[in-house]
Amino acid sequence: MLSKRIIACLDVRDGRVVKGVNFEGLREAGDPAALARRYNVEGIDEIVILDVTATLEARQARAQTIRAVAQEIFLPLAVGGGIRTEDDAAAAIEAGADKVSLNTAALQQPALITTLAQRYGSQAVVVAIDAKREGGHFGVYVRSGSTGTARDAVDWAREAADRGAGEILLTSIDKDGTRSGFDCEMTAAVSTAVPIPVIASGGAGTFEHFAEVFTTGCADAALAASIFHFNEHSVVALKQFLAARGVPVRL
Amino acid sequence: MIALVDYGAGNLTSVRKALAAIDAAVFTPDRPGALEAARAVIVPGVGHFAATRPLDEGWRAAMHAGLAAGRPLLGICVGLQWFFDGSAEEPGLPGLGLFPGVCTRLGTGTPPALKVPHVGWNSLTLPRASRLFDGVANDAQVYFTHSYAAPVVTDTVAICEYGVPFSAAVERGLVSAVQFHPEKSGDVGLRVLKNWVQGLTDQRTTAGAR
Repeated sequence: MLSKRIIACLDVRDGRVVKGVNFEGLREAGDPAALARRYNVEGIDEIVILDVTATLEARQARAQTIRAVAQEIFLPLAVGGGIRTEDDAAAAIEAGADKVSLNTAALQQPALITTLAQRYGSQAVVVAIDAKREGGHFGVYVRSGSTGTARDAVDWAREAADRGAGEILLTSIDKDGTRSGFDCEMTAAVSTAVPIPVIASGGAGTFEHFAEVFTTGCADAALAASIFHFNEHSVVALKQFLAARGVPVRL
Repeated sequence: MIALVDYGAGNLTSVRKALAAIDAAVFTPDRPGALEAARAVIVPGVGHFAATRPLDEGWRAAMHAGLAAGRPLLGICVGLQWFFDGSAEEPGLPGLGLFPGVCTRLGTGTPPALKVPHVGWNSLTLPRASRLFDGVANDAQVYFTHSYAAPVVTDTVAICEYGVPFSAAVERGLVSAVQFHPEKSGDVGLRVLKNWVQGLTDQRTTAGAR
């Protein structure tokens, strides 16, 4: 049976892992390669590097971080943050990424999704959606959650899938960094609307939160950062908890 | 040296890294004739079946000739699919035809609707002993990412199920192939690659066996 994936996210800035609350007030958590090595041993299923403040100048640094992390793990590795062009994506993949995650760039130039899917296959293209509750729907935000768009998360996820995305990485801005649980309602709304896997992100605080997002949230994978980085919870213990609750995981 | 065929289908970095981790030396042949210098050949791949188009008659002939001369072949992901007759993903583009059948799209069967691509860790059923899975537990999990899959055939040595059962690995004589990504499948994946590399030595003595 296909396992539900537990994904560790490394939010990287200037080559160091940081993690903030609601995308602000970043605090330092360490060396990306060292963290990746630990996760590999602990049985994490996948690693995502998000270059949270990626700039033009940061491109070189990003490739070095990708290479350093890829050196440590024989696991799928996705990279996002500041990937705006086909060249950016190619550089990340060349450095060792298996997938690239597009966010702002996908909204601004949706054709990039198709271009990359044709060049590398859909499995290499993740569209990241940062969304916030707005009345009766889920509004899409860009630029690290600071800028609203006119898009609805469910509609945008559908379009991204139609254009060739292989996965959706859905982050709840309301929940991100709060450790109060994933936004299961939003995750389910997107996950049941698209024919591709959805990774839930934002709000992981307890093992119970993961069980919820895999059941009521209909998530195919769940991503967390801070709860793993500070050694508060081990990946193994989380998976044992999920297995006992009947959620298929890789142990 | 092992020839890692680069036909432009994505990224060979991970495969190279995994082979380096098990001390297997590789080179990238720039033309079919270069395969003659190889002790074995890997056809990697990720993405669309159409990406195999550059593997033209020259490459196909070189691989067939290699098999006749006792040179083992390993296909990974789209590489496995290419070893079959073809794929519904790109009808009209033939595979190498080493295994019978055509790859078909996953998730088209009866409900419940399945997410496609099939992405993530799924368990293997090992119907019989094989070189590739020596020391690997039945039910071991490996990493898949694909939308099309090859049918289960006589030479299937690992079956995975996603809506339908499909060939997660095939092995016959000098030819081996895996649908999953051993280079992304942690210790289990490295074990499979190591088994294949170790098998190269044994196979030399039984060259040509099919």
